[in-house]
Parts: sequence; C-alpha cells; structure tokens
Amino acid sequence: MSQATGNEQGRGWWLIKLYTFLIYVFMFAPIVVVLILSFNASRFSGFPFTGFSLHWYGELLQDDAVLRAFRTSLWIGAVTAVVCTALGTMAALALVRYDFPGKHWVNALIVGPVLVPETVLGVGLLLANRAVGMKPNFGLLLAGHILLSLPYVVLVVQARLIGVKRVYEEAALSLGANRWETFREITMPLIMPAMLAGLLLAFTISFDNVSASVFWRPPGVETMPTQILGMLKVSITPEINALGALMIIVTVGLPLLGGALARLRIRRQTETAS
Amino acid sequence: MAVSMLTAAERRRPWILLAPTLAALILLMTVPIVIMFVYTFYTFKTAGVETPDFNLGNWHDFFTDSYYSGFLVKTARVSAITALLCAVMGYPPAYFIAMTRFRHKWLLLLLLIVPFWISFTIRTFSWIHILGEQGAINAGLMALGLIDQPLQMLYTEGSVIMGMIHFLLPYMILNVYVSLDGIDRNLISAARSLGCTGWQAFREVTLPLSLPGLGAGLLLSFVLAAGSYVTPQILGGRRDSLFGNLIYDTIMKELNWPMGTTLSIVLLVLLGIVSVIYSRYMGLSSIYKGLSR
Repeated sequence: MSQATGNEQGRGWWLIKLYTFLIYVFMFAPIVVVLILSFNASRFSGFPFTGFSLHWYGELLQDDAVLRAFRTSLWIGAVTAVVCTALGTMAALALVRYDFPGKHWVNALIVGPVLVPETVLGVGLLLANRAVGMKPNFGLLLAGHILLSLPYVVLVVQARLIGVKRVYEEAALSLGANRWETFREITMPLIMPAMLAGLLLAFTISFDNVSASVFWRPPGVETMPTQILGMLKVSITPEINALGALMIIVTVGLPLLGGALARLRIRRQTETAS
Repeated sequence: MAVSMLTAAERRRPWILLAPTLAALILLMTVPIVIMFVYTFYTFKTAGVETPDFNLGNWHDFFTDSYYSGFLVKTARVSAITALLCAVMGYPPAYFIAMTRFRHKWLLLLLLIVPFWISFTIRTFSWIHILGEQGAINAGLMALGLIDQPLQMLYTEGSVIMGMIHFLLPYMILNVYVSLDGIDRNLISAARSLGCTGWQAFREVTLPLSLPGLGAGLLLSFVLAAGSYVTPQILGGRRDSLFGNLIYDTIMKELNWPMGTTLSIVLLVLLGIVSVIYSRYMGLSSIYKGLSR
C-alpha cells in the first residue's frame, strides 16, 4: 500500500485536505460576501453588484441611531471589562493560591453563567429586577454583562496563574513585602498577559452579546447588536452591509495588526540580541 | 499539618478575595433562578399582572398542552441535527490540522479563532446574502440560466440549521483538534507496524482516543443550539421558532411571567440533565484519555 509509509500520503489524505479547504470556504464565504456587498452602489442589499461605491459608509456615519448604539456598547463594554478583570483576578488568586473548604462548589458556581442558557439568565435577571420593583435601566444591562463575562476572566487568569511558581511570591514575602506589594510587584507583572486577555475577552463578550441584552436593555436604548437586529427586522438595507463590514474590519483587523506588530517587535529584539 | 497553623486571618483571606465575585454571581444568577422557580407557581391574570399564590396550573398546562411539547420536540430535533452535522463537518478538518506537517499550521488555527472576533449577529445575517432571493446562490444559478425563479432557501428550517452550524463549527473543530493533538503518535505507529491499515489504525486507535473531544463538541453544539433564539429569528420563518423564541415571546410580548418562567426552568433543567448524562459518559471516556498518556 502506498499509505503504509506515512500519514500524509494517499488518496484519503488528499480528500481530507480538499474537505478541510471546503469547510474553511464555508466558514468565510458569507463574511467575504458581506465585505464585498458593502461596496455595492445598488440601492438593494443583495446581488447583482452594480458598481463600487462608498456611499453606504457615508450614510452610516450620519445615522444617529447607529452612532448612539455604538457609543452605548463601547462604554458598557469598557466598564464590564474593567470590573470583570478586577473581580476575576481576585477570584482566580483565591482559587489557585489557597485551599479552603467548599472550593468545589465555588468552582461550580463560577462556571454557572457559561452553562446556563443565556435566555434563562436574561429572563431571570429581568424578573429579579422587576420583583424588587425596578424598571430596566443601565445598571441592569451593565450587571448582566458583568455576569456573562466574569467566568471567562476567572478561567483565563486562573490558567495563567497555575503556571506561575509560588516561590517568587514567597521570596518577596520573606524579604518583607506585604501581600499587596507582593501582588503589585511580582504576581501582577507575571499574569499581566492573562489579565489583558481577560480584559479584551470581557469587552468582546459584552460588545457582542445580543441574546440576553434584548431582555435587559432599558426602553429606547440599543446596543450595537440589538440595533442591527432591529434594523434587520425592518428591511435588509445596504447600510447594514456597510455596518457589518466596518465592524468586521475593526474587530478582526485590530487584533491581527496588534499581533503582527508584537511579532515584529520580538523579531527586532532577537535580531539585536544576536 | 500546615492547615492547623493557619491563623484566622489567613483562613479568611481567600473568602475576602472571592467575596465580590460570589456576591455578583449569587445576586445576579442564583437568586434570580430561585425567584423564577417561585414564579412558576403564580397565577397569570392579564399581561404583566399575576397573583402570588401556589398552584400547579402552569406546570399542568406545560405537561398536557401539545403546543409546548411540540416546541420541545422540534428544538431537540433541530439541535440534534445541528450537533451531528457539526461533528461530520468538523471532524475531518480537525484531523487535518492535527496531523498535517504543513508549515503554516498556526494560520489554520488562527482562522478558527477569527470567527469569534466577528459579531454573532453579523455572521448570522451574512447568510441572507448567500441563501436569499438576491443571494449569491440564486444570483449565480440565474446568471447561468439553470433556474428562472429564485429558489426559496431562506426562512426555512434548513437555513436556521445552516446558520447555527456556521456559528458552532469553530467550537467543534477546536474541541476535536485538542483531543487529537494530545494523542501519542507512537500508538498510531505501533498499530501500523503491527499490520493495521491506515483506516484500521484510525478506527481502532485514533477515533476512540479522540472521543472526549468529539463528545465535548457535540454537547456544546447541542446545548448552545437548543438555547438559541436569535438565529431562528434572523434566518427562520414563523414556523421555525424554537423553544427560546417561545420563551422570549411569552415574556416580552404576552408579558405572561408565570408561564415564561415555567418554560425557562424547563429549558434549564433539560439542558442540565443533558450535561449530567454527558459528564457520566466523560467519566468512562477518561479511561481512554488515561490510555493515551
């Protein structure tokens, strides 16, 4: 058999390769189509492509409702990210650095919001808010987003913290630093990548959430995704394509650019070192 | 033991660190779920009004009215189809990424992460441009002269399933990939040198060892599909509503809180049971995992 020499040979392997390629096409074709159609001059949102135009981007930048939704999502995402990173790092420290009774239950509670369907979290929090006699307000939306993002920050920081040796902290403590100084000078710099990853993740989860946000948003307030959902209900306009494309360019472009710059810097550093 | 030498202050320290997180989770998740459970026994009067009492009317309605069980069956069917198709579509790419000696493997993995950066709403509505009347498929087929009338592909159960697969596939591929990547390659070589064909080695060694990842992918796909309601809202017709849409409409449109909470608790309990059954099965498959170390 020709296959007997290795894995990467034979017709089977070739088929798997083709299949993989097609699956990647499946995953990215719709996204590419949105990018292409956002430059379509046509008054209709779909095909055929009648000519290149930036008209719909201009239209978008004059749409007050979209800009307002964008600002709302931006600040809710920012506050969620900061709060979750602070709380999540504290919780991760407790879970990794200490042994205490009931740890098992605490762990189970922390992954709760990941396992409970968002619809159920949405209904529950809205009901609790109503049961204490309040109308949906920004506080509810913010609290909800913190609930959704917090577990992910704990998990990310926890994973990193497990890899940081305790001896560094013990050395600092034995040299007379107190707990806070030890955290600030030793632990925090070591887990900083994870804290930043958690920050970014919490922001993304908040910025992207729609399933639970539609339950929590105050009347008349839209976040970016609920705004798009509302626009889709009316009709599918070319403006939505432009909005989608703009968001794709920002949310995919920025991390890729950041990653590329970081790689470049590391390469420069290693070059000067050698 | 060191434990006995801990001072009271040191024993308190983890709880002080955990306090804000625990307070947030209990206040925003646990207490609301308890309140929801209490509300399932209330009586619905009119939109937005209910009397606090203890009656089993909502539960009785749920278990006797075929309207509700119909939604449940449909949701289970659609989620199961979605999860299975995800497995069929996701396993070969995961296998390819794990086994390839392609130099730019990182690129394939990066491309699996990229969809997570793109807004879920945008990824879902992008399918309108593929399947819709003015979508890529219809436009292409009409340009080729193969059809005169656009095909109705959007706003069907198929388009809902397609949208959900599109969103769940990266989860599936990553889960299977992690499992496949952890397999000791010597086991596969050993099987081959003992006379197995490539297919036999895959069936007897690789596939069983990758089951934990496949199982996790299936569970995740099923649970996320069963809880979803935005995808049916965007890509489905009126008849393609799932259990999540039922909950949303009952609460946000009819303002029927007692029934809405009953349905929410049902969803929570059923998906909880699925997860528990799965973790039982995981207990078994950890033997496989143990073998691979």
